[in-house]
Parts: sequence; structure tokens; C-alpha cells
Amino acid sequence: MKGISNASPLTVHDLTVAYQKKPVLRNVSLTIPEGKLIGIIGPNGAGKSTLIKAIQGLVPVASGQTQIYGKPYKQQRKLVGYVPQRETVDWDFPTNALDVVLMGRYGKLGWFRRPGKHDRQLSLQCLQKVGMSDYADRQISQLSGGQQQRVFLARALAQEAQLYFMDEPFAGVDAATEKAIIQLLTELKVQQKTVLVVHHDLQTVEEYFDWVIMLNRRIIAAGPTQEVFTTENLHKTYGGRLQHLGAVLSSSPDAVLPEEEPL
Amino acid sequence: MNVWMSLQDPNTQWVLFGCMLLGLSGGVLGSFAFLRGRSLMGDALAHAALPGVCLVYLLTGSKSVGLFLIGAAIAGLVATTCITAITRHTRIKEDTALAITLSVFFGIGIVLLTFIQHSPTGNQSGLDKFLFGQAASLVSGDVTQMIIVSIVLLSITTLLFKEFTLLTFDPGYGRGLGFPMGLLDSLLMLMLLTAVVIGLQAVGVVLMAAMLIAPAVTARYWTDRLSSMVILAGLFGALSGMLGTLFSTQVENLPTGPMIVLAATCFFLFSLLFSPRRGLLFRLLRFLRLRKTILEEDVLCALYEWFELSPAHFLKGCSPESLMEKSGKPLRTLRRALLALQRKGMVDYRKSGGEQPGWIFTAAGLQHAHQLILNQRLWDLYWMNEQQYQALSIDPNKGDFVGQLVPEQLAPILRDLDSYGLTPKLSAIPHPVITRIDQKRKGVSV
Repeated sequence: MKGISNASPLTVHDLTVAYQKKPVLRNVSLTIPEGKLIGIIGPNGAGKSTLIKAIQGLVPVASGQTQIYGKPYKQQRKLVGYVPQRETVDWDFPTNALDVVLMGRYGKLGWFRRPGKHDRQLSLQCLQKVGMSDYADRQISQLSGGQQQRVFLARALAQEAQLYFMDEPFAGVDAATEKAIIQLLTELKVQQKTVLVVHHDLQTVEEYFDWVIMLNRRIIAAGPTQEVFTTENLHKTYGGRLQHLGAVLSSSPDAVLPEEEPL
Repeated sequence: MNVWMSLQDPNTQWVLFGCMLLGLSGGVLGSFAFLRGRSLMGDALAHAALPGVCLVYLLTGSKSVGLFLIGAAIAGLVATTCITAITRHTRIKEDTALAITLSVFFGIGIVLLTFIQHSPTGNQSGLDKFLFGQAASLVSGDVTQMIIVSIVLLSITTLLFKEFTLLTFDPGYGRGLGFPMGLLDSLLMLMLLTAVVIGLQAVGVVLMAAMLIAPAVTARYWTDRLSSMVILAGLFGALSGMLGTLFSTQVENLPTGPMIVLAATCFFLFSLLFSPRRGLLFRLLRFLRLRKTILEEDVLCALYEWFELSPAHFLKGCSPESLMEKSGKPLRTLRRALLALQRKGMVDYRKSGGEQPGWIFTAAGLQHAHQLILNQRLWDLYWMNEQQYQALSIDPNKGDFVGQLVPEQLAPILRDLDSYGLTPKLSAIPHPVITRIDQKRKGVSV
């Protein structure tokens, strides 16, 4: 693809986000390898969602720069796809699944232009990829929570991006949707796309992600899951709130590995 | 004076045209405001426009839409800033902030208006009509201005339809795509304000909010697509404008603005009651139908399970009293359901044979009840062992369980069902017996 050099799909340099003087994220610096599925984990209020929003310029940042494939974010916006949290929209909105997916094309269309036949076909294919082609004409309020999540995923796919941000796609979905999401992630990985996923469930981290970013207001550790997802780092990330993690840790074979030096 | 006669009058034509345009733009823009959750904001803007307009008149002494727009826009901006500031810096929530701002601005507006009216030139200003509007005072010049403004508003909406859709549905995502959502939001606000200002003379500040909200809400009842909703809202608005104007020309002393709002309200009420999908009447009907279906299915299942427990009675029938005990439903309800099922050929009342009469299944009824019971028990089994069946990707939102699986997938589940002792038993009873009952029933009824 044009516009993509050998540079990393995402570099973040010295990113700090503050809401009303209180820093939410402090001095975050990251370099993300291409073609990986990356989990962002951390306790509630650790700034996981804020991180992916700040990278995309959706919340004001106090300092820091983001580069996508070696160029400033604003120039590379078309290479980025986004799946926001499902609760952010009113699902009683008068629109159907296909029209929501078509919104993924709006960025490429630019101002004033309406989506055409090609966009429609591509959006239908995206719906098909998440197993929702039967629901294209369905009013969105008549979809279940998991199906709504899949519509959001299809919309991000329609953006035909290289780098994806997903904000808790697994939160509160049914088994079928979970399976569909995993299948999709695997397919994206095969296509050498990079996906950053805000994730809550520590049990599945090792199963789903090649890479993991452990976050609690600052980066505790970031790297390949096998090296970084350790007892030490989990303790650091989750502070005292670790009692419920017992099961995860004991099942983790690398729990005894020495801790990676935090950034 | 009949309708046709009054339509010959060029003055009435202007008024009619002006009010229709007003309804059209109000409906179209109101749709976006309503979906953005800004219905009350329209009200606040309309009320806040009054002091702005009055100040402009006091300062310049002229009555041009352009200048009024500037005054209204500034006042609207100050009002929105107040609302945002109150919400952000105090513990007061947005609805209260809106109410405070709206009434304070309106109060200031009324003070200024009274002042203007008592000033030497005030009587001719016509500003006092801005409260409730006076459509009859519209002249060709006013209407020309309204035409221009409406065309501008509608063109912008058409051009930016895609962008406004994003803004109203998912502004965060829109920002991610690179559209300046803050700017678009301000533009939409400004357009709303413009619609309010051109409506001041005809409908007035107090009622203008209704012109923004009523057509949009009405349209929402009839469609599930944004494009159709916007068009419908425009049509409802224009139609309200037309009907209100025509009605007020027919009857002496009926004010046009309020009549337009009443017409819009009538459309709303009609939709609230009679729209096929969201209207109250059809929702009630659907609910009653659902209740009836569920009652009948419950009774069929209860009868089936009763026969399962006492197979000896399968041909003799079940007395309503036993069924009442089994299903826990009152006797009258039960009887009604059984009679309805009899009409559908699902059950029959066996009277002959000298024994106690009772209710029996027809062949069709037995088959239907068997399916219902099987489906219900499979769901029970599914919810008991959800983890175990995850690989089947069953959609729990569908009512039908058996239909979602191929026979090879179903077979092990049926075995599981059997291990719980839950397999529906009545299908094992030889069919000829049932057919005989069925034929007999037919013989009686035909």
C-alpha cells in the first residue's frame, strides 16, 4: 500500500493527557510492531480508553505526538479504523445495520459526496465477514447487544484501514459474537494489519493477543505477551486489587519469569 | 368566505407560502436537533432570541431579518455558553440549567419588549407580535426573505446530510474519521437559530420550539430511516403550516401561529395513537395478541404435561379442573383458551362414552404441543449447560431452537435431554388412535 514505509504502524512519544489539571496518562511512549494483535490491559480508570482516544486526537492532549507509519496522525487518518464502545450511541436512531456500516466509508468519501454502489457492496461484504449479512436491513434497535457490536466492527472494517483501535469489543457480548470477533482479529492479522484492543478479561489475554500493553496511568510494561504478561507486572499494574487474579497467575506458565524492565 | 375565495387573495397566498416554508425548514432541522437530543435546546434558543432581537431593534431601529439574526445568534450563543458553564462548574444538571437560562433570557426579553412598546416609535415596530407571532402581518418582502433563508438552510442540509448524520448518530466516531464535529455542531445550532428567527414573526418565540419538535417527533413514528424521516418531518411541517393558515382564514379571530402549532400537534397525536409500528393502538393490539398466543401455548403445554403424567387418560380426556390445577390459571381464562384452541382444531371436548367428559388433543394439536414442549425443554437444557453448547453458536434471541441446528447436531442434545428424563413422551403413542379422534372431530364439525 502507498504511504506506508517501513516505519512502525504507531509510535507514541511522551503522551500526557490531563482532565482538569489531573493527569490521566503520564509520559506514555510506545512503538508498536506491525501485524500484531495487541491487548491493552489495566484496572478501571487506568486510562485504557483514554489512551486510544488520545492517540486519535479525540481528547485534548497536554503533550506528546503520535505518528502513524512515520507521519503525523492527521495526515494518516485514513489508515486508522476505530470501534468505539457500544454504549456511546443511541441505538434507537432511525437507521439500519447497512447504513451504519456505510458510515465507515464517509472518511474516504470526504466532504459532500454520498456513498455509491461500490461503497454499498463493500459494506455488505464487511457485514458478511462478521456474520451479519442477514441483518443488513434490520433497524439497529432490533439487534442484540452482540450483534450491535458486530455492526460496529463491520463499520471499522469498511474503513479499509491498516491500524485498528477497538474499545472493549468483548464487553458484554454473547458467545457467537466473541467467536466472530476472534475470527475477524485473526483474519486482520493474516492481512498484516495491526489491531489494538482495550481488554478487560485477564483470563483470555494470553489466548487472544501476541502483544500486550499493561497500563496504569503510565506504561507498566509493553511487549510480546510471553515476556511481559508476568506476575510481577500484573501486580504492578493492578496494585492491591489482585486477589481475583489468583487463577490467572497460577495457570500462567511464565509466572516465574523475571520481570521486564518497565519503560 | 370559502377556502378557494381566500386563496385568491394575494395577501393570503403570501402568508400561506411563508408558513409552509417555515414548517418545512423547522421540520427538517428539527429532525437533527431531536435526534441529537437537543429538543429543549431549540426551545431555549427560541426564548433566548427575544432579548437579542429587541436589543438589535433598540440599537438600530430597523426590522431586517439579517440584523435580527445577528442579535438572536449572539443572544443564543450567550445562552448556550451559560448553559454549558452552569452544567460544568456547578452541581446543577443540564435540564435545570436549560430551564434557568431559558426563563432568565425570556424575562429580559419581555422587559425590553415592554420598554420598546412604551417608546414613541414602539407601536409601529410590530415587535410585540414576536411573542406569539402574527402570520397575517407577513408581506411579500418578509416572505421573500423567508424563501431565501429556507433555500439556504435546505441546501446546506442536503449538502451536509452525510456529515449531519454522523454528528447526530456518533460524533466521536465522526471526529475519528476527520470531520470537525464541533464546527458541524455549531453550524447546526446556527441553522436552528436561523429557522427560529425567520419563524419569529409568524409563530413567535414561545411557540417556535413546537415547530422544531412536533414535525420531527411525528415523522419518527412513521419511518426507521433518517432520510425518510427528514423528508416526512418537512412535509408534516409544511402541511401544518398550510392547514393552520387555511383554518385561521376561515374563522374570525383565530390566530395563525397557534393554529399551525395545533395542526402540528394533531398530526403528532394521530401518529402517537395510530402509527403501525410505534403507535400506542397497534402496540396494545400486538401486546394482546402476544398474550393470547402465550396463553394458548401454555394451555397446550399444560395439557401435554398432564397427559404425560397420566397417560391412561390420553383418550378419555382431561377435565378443566385438573388442567387448572396443572397450569395454575383461573378456570375462566382456561376455558376461553381451550375454546379458542378448539376452533383452531388443536383440542377437542370429548362428551360421549358415558364417562366424565374431558379435553383431548387432535392430531395437529398433539404435534404442535409436542414441538412446543420439545423446544421449551431444549432451551431449559441449553441454559443449564450453556458453556457445554457454546460450539453450536445458538442465537438465544431466536425463539426456535430445533430449527437452528442440523440433525447431527441435535442428536447428542436429545440424548442429554433424555438423561435428564425430559424427553417429551407423548409422541410414542401410536398414531392411528389419534387419527381416529381427528376424523371423528371432523365428522362432527363439518
